[in-house]
Order: sequence, then structure tokens, then C-alpha cells
Amino acid sequence: MSADERSIHPLWLRITHWLNAIAVIILITSGWRIYNATAFLGFSIPRDVTLGGWLAGALQWHFAAMWLLVANGILYLLINAISGRLRYQFFPISPRQVLRDVGAALRGKLAHDDLRHYNSVQRLAYLFVMFDSVLLVLSGLVLWKSVQFPLLRELLGGYEGARRIHFFAMAALCAFIVVHVVMVALVPRTLIAMLRGR
Amino acid sequence: MTQSFQQSPIVVPGEGIAILDVAIGRIAQPSRRAFLQRTLTLGGLTLLTGCATDDQDSIEAALMHISRFNDFVQGRLFNPKLLAPTYPESMITDPFPFNAYYSEDEVRDIDGDTWRLELSGMIADRKPWTLAQLQALPQQSHVTRHICVEGWSAIGKWGGVPFSHFLRLVGADLSAQYVGFKCGDDYSTSIDMATALHPQTIMALTYNDQPLPPRYGFPMKLRMPTKLGYKNPKHIQAIFVTNTYPGGYWEDQGYNWFGGS
Repeated sequence: MSADERSIHPLWLRITHWLNAIAVIILITSGWRIYNATAFLGFSIPRDVTLGGWLAGALQWHFAAMWLLVANGILYLLINAISGRLRYQFFPISPRQVLRDVGAALRGKLAHDDLRHYNSVQRLAYLFVMFDSVLLVLSGLVLWKSVQFPLLRELLGGYEGARRIHFFAMAALCAFIVVHVVMVALVPRTLIAMLRGR
Repeated sequence: MTQSFQQSPIVVPGEGIAILDVAIGRIAQPSRRAFLQRTLTLGGLTLLTGCATDDQDSIEAALMHISRFNDFVQGRLFNPKLLAPTYPESMITDPFPFNAYYSEDEVRDIDGDTWRLELSGMIADRKPWTLAQLQALPQQSHVTRHICVEGWSAIGKWGGVPFSHFLRLVGADLSAQYVGFKCGDDYSTSIDMATALHPQTIMALTYNDQPLPPRYGFPMKLRMPTKLGYKNPKHIQAIFVTNTYPGGYWEDQGYNWFGGS
């Protein structure tokens, strides 16, 4: 398909990856500031890592970056699905394979010879983060427009249910990012590949 | 912060007036200025280090533009027939939280006997209303969820005159874009006409079947379960209908104008 046989990540993937990274960083850091306005779980996020300065500023960042996340996310999923990449890059995925790869990763023996090929842990992690991002968008939609999406609201446990789902889905995304960045630090070639394509 | 004395720049008269205008504008809107200085910061650090206030202002302006674009999108998304969920009285939050831009000991005491509701703008019959006259109109009550921009929510029961009935009664121009409110606690806000005419939007005169207590906005507040708390003005003294964007107390400082579902 690709003109360049050596290409690991096509250009569209690299662009959507980094646009997504920008959107996610803005959404998470401004979201922390919004969370702090009530801090319903009994703790506050340190102000120094939040974006927006105060509630209205954080909300403005949040409701601007959401467009980038959604537009870019739809583009990513569409190209992935239409090109067939979603199928051949992420499937098949078997629980046994995942367990074997987790074991290999913990022993430091997970091979990264071919960055074009995702191992089972990567497949699971990337599929999870796609699902988690969709959940974040849907629960965010209920928080923003609870009256306009009655079915979605009821499915997510009403306004208060959606509020908790939105928070914990964010926490799960943060956990992914931590692991993701640690793995990149361990195999720096992957960062070069996501920047240069090779 | 340390201050140093600098030589005053030479000011030509024309410029002096312009500078003075800007200064007065800035003093008049201290919170707006603070917002401009605060929005860009990631905590204490300026996001774009070494960046001039001009750049901060342009990012502020861009965010404000997106916020106004979001107003437009929300207006298009708004389905005037969709109702906010209602709840059994057993689910009412007790005590219902007090919230305003001031603390509870600063709640205004308004005399219901001398209070008058003033009408202005694109309204045919602009005679003021007394509380007794409003109480004589058809009443409705709903148990609905109040959602605050801070994230928390609480369930309460408000009763009063359906706002659409009142607007028709006084001959308001229902094709106008905005309905604005001026309040006895120096608060102000404004809403879109579609929300003003929504079947659950009421001029609330009661809370929990009792006359609206001062802390919830005696003698009258506008209750809209489709809008966030800051869009529900208390102690309303004047209502106006207009096609000129009226803004509001929090909206002028950066809260989203549509502010609702």
C-alpha cells in the first residue's frame, strides 16, 4: 500500500498521533482544574499541573480542545477502518497471547525487532485507549448536554454517573500514558519512528 | 513585587486620553484582567515562557471566539421539546446548597411589598408587576436537578409561573434573540429565546412549596433545569427582551454564555 516499504508509521498516523497528544494534554490538564472546582473525591490536583488559571479559563480550554480530540479521533478511526489497518494491526488478539507477552515484557524479553508489528500487549493497550477515548467523549457529551442525549444519559447512570465515568476514564487514560511514555523511554527508536516514520 | 521609579514617558494630549480610556477600562473590569493574566498559566508557570501579554491576549481572544462558536453550536443542538429529567420528592437534596458570587451572610433582603418587576425592550406591555399579581397567574412546579458549573448537582423543587406564558401575556417579541435579567443582588445574565420558551422554564416564586427564601432568590428567580446554575438568576428585578447580546456577570468574565444542556 505504502510507497515507501521501510515506513513504519504512515504520515497520517503520525499527524493524528501528535494532534491527539496535544488535545489530550490540554483536555487532561484543564480537566484537572475543572475537577478541582468541587474535588468530589476528596483530594485536589496540585494547581501547578493544571491549565486555565481558574474555572472559566479551564472550561474554555477544555471546550476548545474537545473539537480537536473529536475531529482528529474520527479521522484516525475512519482511516484505520477504511485502510484495513485496524483489522491487520490489532487483530487477532488472544488472552493467552496477551498473558505470554506480559510475562515476556516483565522479564525484559519482549522483542521489538519489527516496530511495524504490534505485540499482543500493545494491541490490547491501543484498543483499550481507543475504547477509553470514546467513553470519555460520550460521558463528556452527557455532562455537557445531559438533556439533549437522554438515552446516552440513562446508559451512563445519569449526570452523576457520567461524571464519575468521565473521571475514572481520564484516570485510566493517564495510567496508559504513563506506561506508554515509560515504554518509549525504554525503546527510544519508537519515538523516532513516530516522528520520522522510519 | 518590587517597584522601581521610571522616567515618565512624554505623553501627547491625544494619546493621554486614549491611555486613560484603556486604564479606566482595565480598572473597571478587574476580574476580566485577572482572567487574562491567569488563563495561560499552567499553575505558576507561563505556558509560553517569555511570551508577551499581547500573545496571551490573542490566545484569550481565540478561546473567547471558540466559546462563542460553542454558543452557536449549542443553540443549534437545543431541542425545545426535550425535557430535563424529573425526580420524586423523596430525592430532593436537603439542605439544598446555597451558591452565589457572594457568601451566604451577604444575601440581600428584598421587601416583597415594595418589590416591582420591571419590563423593558421588545415587550408590548411594559407595566411593572407586583408579587401578588405574579402569584395570581397560573402556577406549575417541577422537581429537577440543578447542575452547577463547578460540577456538583442537587435536586430541588421549584414552583411558579411558566415563563413562556408570562412572555406571551406581556406581548414579548418571541422572535427576538435574547432575554436579559437584572437582579437585586447586582447580578445579571441573559438567555436564548428558545430556552426562555422551554416548557420547564419557570419564574420561580416558591421553593419546596414555600415562598422562595432570600438565599434562593426571593421574591423571584428564573428556574431552568436545562441551564447551569449561573444562568438561573435570583432576586430578579428587571427583564428585557433584545436582539443585542447582553452578556452577564459571569459570562463577561469567561463563562460560556449558552451554559446549558
